[in-house]
Formats: sequence, structure tokens, C-alpha cells
Amino acid sequence: MADPGVALRLEGVRRVFDNKFAVIAGMDLRIDAGEFLAVLGPSGCGKSTLLRMIARLDQPDAGRIVREPEGDHAQTAFVFQDAHLLPWRNVLENAALPLELMGVAGPPRRERALAALGQVGLRDAVDKYPAQLSGGMRMRVSLARALATEPRLLLLDEPFAALDEITRFHLDVQLRELWRKRRMTVIFVTHSISEAAFLANRAVVMSRRGGAIKLDRTIELPEERTNDLRADPRLGQEMKLLLEAIEE
Amino acid sequence: MKLFRAVLPPLIPFVAITASIEFLVRGGFIRPYLLPAPSAVFFAIWENWGELGAALLKTSASALVGFALSTFTGIAAAVLLSSSRWVQQAFYPYAVFFQTVPVIAIAPLLVIWFGYGMQTVIASAFVVSIFPVIANTLSGILSTDPALRDLFRLYGATPTMTLFKLRFPAALPQIFTGLRVAAGLAVIGAIVGEFIGGGGLGSVVDVARTQQRVDKVFAAVLLASLLGLALFGLINLISKITLRRWHASEQAQ
Repeated sequence: MADPGVALRLEGVRRVFDNKFAVIAGMDLRIDAGEFLAVLGPSGCGKSTLLRMIARLDQPDAGRIVREPEGDHAQTAFVFQDAHLLPWRNVLENAALPLELMGVAGPPRRERALAALGQVGLRDAVDKYPAQLSGGMRMRVSLARALATEPRLLLLDEPFAALDEITRFHLDVQLRELWRKRRMTVIFVTHSISEAAFLANRAVVMSRRGGAIKLDRTIELPEERTNDLRADPRLGQEMKLLLEAIEE
Repeated sequence: MKLFRAVLPPLIPFVAITASIEFLVRGGFIRPYLLPAPSAVFFAIWENWGELGAALLKTSASALVGFALSTFTGIAAAVLLSSSRWVQQAFYPYAVFFQTVPVIAIAPLLVIWFGYGMQTVIASAFVVSIFPVIANTLSGILSTDPALRDLFRLYGATPTMTLFKLRFPAALPQIFTGLRVAAGLAVIGAIVGEFIGGGGLGSVVDVARTQQRVDKVFAAVLLASLLGLALFGLINLISKITLRRWHASEQAQ
């Protein structure tokens, strides 16, 4: 069993752009260790800003974000909207990049990168270059790169938004399975209601302005999520609730 | 067949223009001491090959050394400039100013500093060709994907690691763009340097001009152009080999 996830506590977090526009005006949120949280909201509501602050790529202007336990660089992984691979490196070297930057030596680095690639079903493509891969495969490399460090906090910023629906369905199921095995804390930012309801154990809906939380709901769906669930009326019910909160 | 299709379109105007000049000169419409017949230029190359070949070799050597110097100095300067916003604001304007100084005007100065001979010619080739290397390398390094910079920060990469594992390789396509421009300029710089510093194709042009040998002037000019073209082709080839694996993805994004 891998290390359990980290817990997060946001206290009065505020982020102001250009000295006037408060993207997030005082947010309080607790995220338990090992939780799979979806953050929903319209474009420009501060979802990405929130995620960047949690990743410590951006600082709040007021308030604080506490991690329990506090940890090193290996703890957090970030997956962007596009794959953002290094085009001059093959799949294996791309997946091994975070380990390389953290100073992990050659042989264990290779082993861990291979293991991560195996988890996303890319074991056979290690020698390929990003230019030779489809969009879905590139995104899986990006996911493997994030998993290679065995993170305890996985942050995803609309990671599958640029992919076609079928690829997206596959990756949703794969991500959910990875989480069930590893139990890291996952924060998944999306503007897709169906994706949020399908993937997460808990969903928060942010308002258009100021990043207020309009709804905080525990998704009542089975632990294991397969594509069969997509036609399940219970998923439809969850989606309806989320949609109502967004349109409120 | 593919090569044929690539070569044919530019070949047509070449043949047409060469043939019409040949016709106009032979027909007495243009005086040969103003514009020599193309056949006379090719004959001048053949007739003076000993002299022209040696001159070509000398110019090539100066241009190549000047180009190599501006490649290394230019890339190093760009890396330095990219290291901090303050350094960039302090020094980049001078790089721009440096570029606007016409080499032909400072060539006499170069002779005073470096004397007659190859050093002056190399210095001239270097001065003209360094700016595009600096400008393109700098803009390549500064336009690195912000998401990838975030990724490197997230995993605690040092500035040196970020430079060598991310910024520099990401800038390679732009660096090669700068080198292609610089290659042509290095040849121009060498010829200008030779007008004043002596030696090579520049001297041949200068001497042939005083002797009213327009055919020989054209012969030297043609060889100088071919040298620039060859250098450009060489950089293109190196760039294609280096970027072979990732160029497709670069275009797709």
C-alpha cells in the first residue's frame, strides 16, 4: 500500500489580481486525506488559481493553505490541460523527468518511470517520441509523469478537456482505478458536470465571482466506477444536483 | 521525382534570365564592360580558377571562424542576458545599438585594431553575424512554455537544471533560425572585411574593379554567393537532423 494522501486546510484564502479584482475572496475548505475532490465552476471562476495556490506555484494574498503532513517536492504532482511533454525526449525520459529533477539516480529512476508507464498502459511505447503519439497517449504520458514520484497529492487542471469523448471515458475510468489503488488525495478541476459526478467522491461548485462555494456535496455512487455507470440513473441524479447549483 | 519537382520551378527563371542576358550582351544591346555575358563569367571562373579557388578558400575560412565565434559568443551572451530581467534591461539595448552600427563604417577601425590580414576579416564577419544569434537565442529562451516552467519549479529544479534541461533545448528551433541568418551575414561580413583588410574574394573584387575586369568581379561575386548558400544549407542540414524527432510535434502545438 502506498503512502496515504495529504489533508489540506484552506483558511480565508484570498487572491487578488491587478490590485483590484478578487478572483478568490476568502475561501475556507477542508480536504481529507485520500479524498477524490472535483472542483466545478464556470470559466474564469478561479478554479485554476485555486489549484496553483494549492500546488504552491502561486501565493494567496491573504489566508493560508495548510498541508498535513507537511512534505517535500515528491509529495505534489500537477497535470495540466494539455500534455506539455518535452518533444525532444522519448516517452520513458518524459515520464522520468520529475525523478531526474529530484535527483533520483539512473537505474531506480528508470524502474519507477517504467512502473508508472505500466500503470497507464504505455509499457510498449517507451521509445516513442511525443510527435508519434495520439492526443490520448500524450495525456497518458503526462499522467505517468505525475504518478512517477508516487505523489500524495495529485492536482489535475481540466486534464482531459482537449480529448475526444471516447478517449476521455477511458482515461476517467483509468484515473479512478489508480486512485482506488493508491489512495492519494486528488483534486480534479473541470467544467464537465458528468466528469465531476462520475469521478469524484465529493464535488464543490464555485460561483462565477469571488470563488464562493455554492455547493459542497458527497457524491453517492459506488466505489468502483466503470463505463456501465454512465447510463445509471443515480449518476443522472448527481449531475442534476450539480447542474442546479451551477445555474443557481 | 520529388527532387526534380523542387528544383524545376526555380530553375526556369534562372535559365530564362541567364539566356536573355546572354542574348542581350551578344546582340550588342548591353555593353560587356557594364554587364558581362553569363558565359564570360563562367569562363572567367574557369580561366582564373587557381586564383579564385585560393581566394574562395581563404574567405570560407574567415567566414567560418567568424561564424563559429558569433555562434558561441552569441549563445553565451543570450544565456547571460536571460539570467535576470535586470541584466537584460541593462545590456540588451546595447546589443541592439551594436547591430545598427554599419560594419562598412567601422571596418577601417578594425584594421587599426587588428592590422591587415585575416584577424580583421574574421572580426568583421563576427561583428555582422552575432546579433541574430543573440536575438533569436534570447527570444527562444524567454518564450519557454510557462506550464513546463511551473513543472520544473514544482519538482524543485535549480536554475541551471531549468536552463540545460528545459530552456536551452526548447529554444533550439529559434537558435537555428538565428544561425541560418548569421551564416549568410558572416560571408557578407568577411567580404566587407576583405575590401579593407585584404585577401580572399573581397580583394579579388576590389582588384578586378580597378582593372575594369567586370567578368572577374561577377565571377568572385558568384562564388561568394555560393559560399553563403553552402553555409546556409549546412546549418539547415544540422538543424533538420537535430530537430528531426520533435519537429512534427512542434508544428502541431
